[in-house]
Amino acid sequence: MKIVIDANRCEGHSRCYSLAPDLVDVDDLGNAFVLGDGTVPEALEDKAHLMTDNCPEFAISIEAD
Amino acid sequence: MSDTADAQTDEAAKSSLGPGICPVTDLATDYDMFDPDYLRDPFSAWAALREQDCPIAHTERYGGSWLPTRYDDLQAMAKMVPELSSKAPLVIDLPDALVKENATGYNAAAPISADPPEQGWTRRALLPHFTPKGVVKDREYTEKLCHELIDGFIDDGKCDAAVDYAQQIPPRVIARKLGVDEGMVDDFIEWVRGVLELGLQEPELRAKYRDIIREFFAAEVADRRVKPKDDLITALCQTEHEGELLPDEVVIGMCNLQLVAGIDTTWSSIGSALWHFAGHEDDRRRMVAKPDLWNTAVEELLRFYAPVTMARNASEDVDYGGVTFKKGDKILMNFPGANHDPDHFEDAHEVQLDRQKNRHVAFGIGIHRCAGSNLARMEMEVALKTWFERIPEFTLSDPDAVTWAGGQVRGPRTVSVTFG
Repeated sequence: MKIVIDANRCEGHSRCYSLAPDLVDVDDLGNAFVLGDGTVPEALEDKAHLMTDNCPEFAISIEAD
Repeated sequence: MSDTADAQTDEAAKSSLGPGICPVTDLATDYDMFDPDYLRDPFSAWAALREQDCPIAHTERYGGSWLPTRYDDLQAMAKMVPELSSKAPLVIDLPDALVKENATGYNAAAPISADPPEQGWTRRALLPHFTPKGVVKDREYTEKLCHELIDGFIDDGKCDAAVDYAQQIPPRVIARKLGVDEGMVDDFIEWVRGVLELGLQEPELRAKYRDIIREFFAAEVADRRVKPKDDLITALCQTEHEGELLPDEVVIGMCNLQLVAGIDTTWSSIGSALWHFAGHEDDRRRMVAKPDLWNTAVEELLRFYAPVTMARNASEDVDYGGVTFKKGDKILMNFPGANHDPDHFEDAHEVQLDRQKNRHVAFGIGIHRCAGSNLARMEMEVALKTWFERIPEFTLSDPDAVTWAGGQVRGPRTVSVTFG
């Protein structure tokens, strides 16, 4: 599983960072970016779904392997 | 939106009543954002509107405005830039005689009172101070403040959770962050209510407090230009755009925004949450038993009791969802209504403290997403956690005495509670 953040949609709410800081980080403006290449360790798959389901800008998507 | 064949037929049948007016019931054509019944329970009004085939209501009251109620409409309308302009985000404009050129548009309260491109550079100046990392240093102060406030009333066995607690937190946090005298919080509260709450329908009162706030920050900005400090006003004074320092009027407006938008709104959220727990014993006990739920609980309370409705102006005639916003029309960005749309939130009418799917839009969406959202979220979390640590048992002393302020910021203005 891999997460992808659409930088054009992200408006810096930072809710993904608050829910899954092991998967994403935010820049100086609060805009999110994935850590590493976005690959989600199995143990964090629930977190990946949770942060995706809480993004008010629909900026996060999950790509299955 | 009328996106079914039946709805479109109905829409056509009603066209004799005039374009741009949605002629369904009184609520759809004559809602009143200051009606005490609406303020107590806006949820059933939004539900009724949403279920009709034309869920964008209109009223002629207070100069006229539109009220969308569906999540999808709010998502779409937030992206309609620059057709829906944010230059005058209050729903009632000041009469021309009270308008001041240096206190309108992007000088007024950027970035919320600006459209691109000014919106972009003013927002970039502000955001680094309000990211989750940017508000870490405000957290320790907020925790200490919450404990001190509770120390002041815990032995009484009761307090007004809105006035003695919720209302006291955001003005002090933002005063300290800006670098202004925390001893002036009672003045700040008076000024902000004068602009946003009491002054919304009283133009002269609003202009008076607008001037007081601008004069106050003009002196602070002048002071920081010659005596820099370690505070947000100084940081804004030192920010450059295209090689030039931000103009004084813009910095004054940005400080105005911090005060006006950062106080009334957050205290409404904290107050609503405490009102909820005081009247819902099952939810209160659940949070006492499971404090690890605070992350989802704060978001759910933000969803359910979202306090803020900013306005936009149509900068041209805009056809949308079966209605026409005429150039100059006010549109209330009803994000609180969107948060109750059952098409997007399962059991939207219920507070579910562990709600997992929660794309709520309490802080708005798009380019005008609340710049201070992560400061507000932190304040709310700290205020509630600290309260629950100290006062796990509390009930409403007089449920009928609770009053709700309205207009563009909804929240309880008095919440008397008894401890134990």
